[in-house]
Amino acid sequence: MTTLTAKASTARAATPVAWSGRATPYLFLAPYLVLFCVFVLAPAIYGVWVSLHDWDFLLEGRPFVGLDNYTALFDPSSAVYADFWMSMRATGWFTLLSVPFLVVLPLGIALLLNRPFRGRTFFRGLFFAPYVLGVAVVCLMWRLLLDPNLGLVDWLLGTDIAWTTSLPWGWVALVGVTVWWTLGFNGVIYLAGMQDIPRELYDAAKVDGAGRWAEFRHVTLPGLRPVMLFVVTTTVLASANMFGQSYLLTQGAPGGETRTAIVYILDQGLGQYKMGSASAMSYVLTLALIVVSVINFRLFRGRS
Amino acid sequence: MQMSLDNLTRRRALGLGLGALVLTGCGGGGGPRQAPQQTATTAAPTTYTGPAVSLAFWNGFTGGDGPFMKRLIEQFNAAHPAIKVTMNVYQWADYYAKVPAAVAAGQGPDLGIMHVDSVATNAARQVVLPLDDVATSLNLTEADFSPPVWQAGVYKGARYSIPLDVHPLGMFYNKTVLSKAGLDPDNPPKNGEEYLAALEALKKAGIQGHWATPFPFTGNMQFGSLLYQHGGQLFADDASVSRFAEEPGVQALTWLVELVNKGYSPKNVGQDADLIALQNGKAAFNWNGIWSINTLRAVKDLEWGVAPLPQIGAKPAAWAGSHQFVLFKQRKPDQNKLTAAKVFINWISGHSIEWAKAGQVPARKSIRDGAEFQALKEQAAIGSQIDNLYFLPSVPGIGDASAVVDQAINAAILLKKSPKDALTEAAAKADKILEQNRKKYGA
Repeated sequence: MTTLTAKASTARAATPVAWSGRATPYLFLAPYLVLFCVFVLAPAIYGVWVSLHDWDFLLEGRPFVGLDNYTALFDPSSAVYADFWMSMRATGWFTLLSVPFLVVLPLGIALLLNRPFRGRTFFRGLFFAPYVLGVAVVCLMWRLLLDPNLGLVDWLLGTDIAWTTSLPWGWVALVGVTVWWTLGFNGVIYLAGMQDIPRELYDAAKVDGAGRWAEFRHVTLPGLRPVMLFVVTTTVLASANMFGQSYLLTQGAPGGETRTAIVYILDQGLGQYKMGSASAMSYVLTLALIVVSVINFRLFRGRS
Repeated sequence: MQMSLDNLTRRRALGLGLGALVLTGCGGGGGPRQAPQQTATTAAPTTYTGPAVSLAFWNGFTGGDGPFMKRLIEQFNAAHPAIKVTMNVYQWADYYAKVPAAVAAGQGPDLGIMHVDSVATNAARQVVLPLDDVATSLNLTEADFSPPVWQAGVYKGARYSIPLDVHPLGMFYNKTVLSKAGLDPDNPPKNGEEYLAALEALKKAGIQGHWATPFPFTGNMQFGSLLYQHGGQLFADDASVSRFAEEPGVQALTWLVELVNKGYSPKNVGQDADLIALQNGKAAFNWNGIWSINTLRAVKDLEWGVAPLPQIGAKPAAWAGSHQFVLFKQRKPDQNKLTAAKVFINWISGHSIEWAKAGQVPARKSIRDGAEFQALKEQAAIGSQIDNLYFLPSVPGIGDASAVVDQAINAAILLKKSPKDALTEAAAKADKILEQNRKKYGA
């Protein structure tokens, strides 16, 4: 009976089954692929086209300007040169300063929160809690707390530091607030990663006489390598895309030095309606990020 | 005034004088002015007799002003059964990004509000419709408003907006703090000499009287006011070049920076800290927008007052913004909606005394002169500056060029650059932006 139906169905539907068999992966891919093409790939390609024009979506004339939008970025006498590179520098500084903290601190916290102790869930919640706040709430709150003349932080520390209007304190404030706000997210990822490391490895390590540090070096860290790659890559990209903190906490003070590339690009494109120029800038930024990501991948692959 | 090549071509493009006269604003006080000639509209502006229509009205009144506008609209809807106005409120920044996109997609609202310095940009980008016929059919003329407010909505000889209000800067002061320093709390300083003397007295009493804020709110408005007081301008009338780095600009910014250097202001004033300091009794004065009235009124036990800005320079002047009504371009223009919109604009304008209570100066002269407005003591004090207000030239993209001033002021007040260097650098940048914009908008 079973063999019969099976035979019959194979006989009848031989081709479709084979076809749908081959199509299966693509069918699974399809929803994402469609979204990717429509919302990422097509706009990305369209963006290249836009960047070659003096583009305003409402104006009739969108003259083709070739590579002018790009060359302007490398021409010190253009209107955008100084501001663009200042904003790129700001993005670079922020990324460089924030990523180490955002990678290492959550790891330490995850290690602590992974040990059994009373109130563990409470502390897990505590560290993750700020992450659920919106960027506007976080920044308005800290802007008042860090106010150079009226803020609680200076009062508590007994200092006179201009956290939001001077350098390098502006960077300390931006990085500090960002770490406080987002470290819970990376912490949760690390925690999940740690729980995926097989218990037997720790047992084996113990049998071999490994101490806590050796356990961490030879079991936990290697076990977390893929998670680390994920955390480092996404954190670098997130830091390089930092927007709200610069926009709300320091407003670019002093004199635009803490205005990140994304803030400047947004202002060019949606504030001044210079979409061609803004697109060119975002491609330069993208290129820089691709280079950083590739180096990143290489480093992690090299080690394993 | 200088006659640039650009100005000449524009004149030629506009034909005879009138357009250019209005456009460049060089008519001064005495020149004859006429309302631009347009085909007269027949519909009576105050009544609407057509079929029922609904109007989508978008704006950015997210603050305390939102509920006042909502109440006005409810009253309007109740009085006009055939017209149903619905209001959508966005953050201003979102609004200016969203509205052009919506209009381009054919999904734009029927009418909205724009700040006066955005009108020309949106006119050039064909987001908003020319409104000369609305002004004509409503019998609105310059005499109903005030010349700078009324002219600010004109681009290339055509009117694109109808003023609702002006919101100037005023000088808010803390009476308790003034008394503490032995100053008369009911007679705040009126000129530069008195102002500096007051600051000196405050300093002796251990109070930093005027917190110089490096942020656009309201540092650049204070700078602009002082610049015009010293006889300067931010831009040439036709926006061919920037002029804020000239002598009056340097004087204006130096005056603000000196507040810090002389210890009348703390260093590194944070965003909004100047207004908070006034409320906390840490500062005596704060030059801030009229919108602060309701904020301060909500602070318990605060003894405060507001007066026109003191005259530091050779003439009185104050920064002001203005909310103006605009109609948006539609794929299929609907005559009934247009008429209904006119009725709405006229009605709100006529009832803007309610709007004044939200902390605004009505643009309409008849309302400003009325007893009811004069009874709004604070609003009236700030409103008395109406003839000394300045606006940016009505040129597309002018906001892009004026934004670079923000950075210069920030760097100078934070003592990172000298006023002259900061302004000169910004001027070079602004001139390039002005040139780009001329190319882009074909002005």
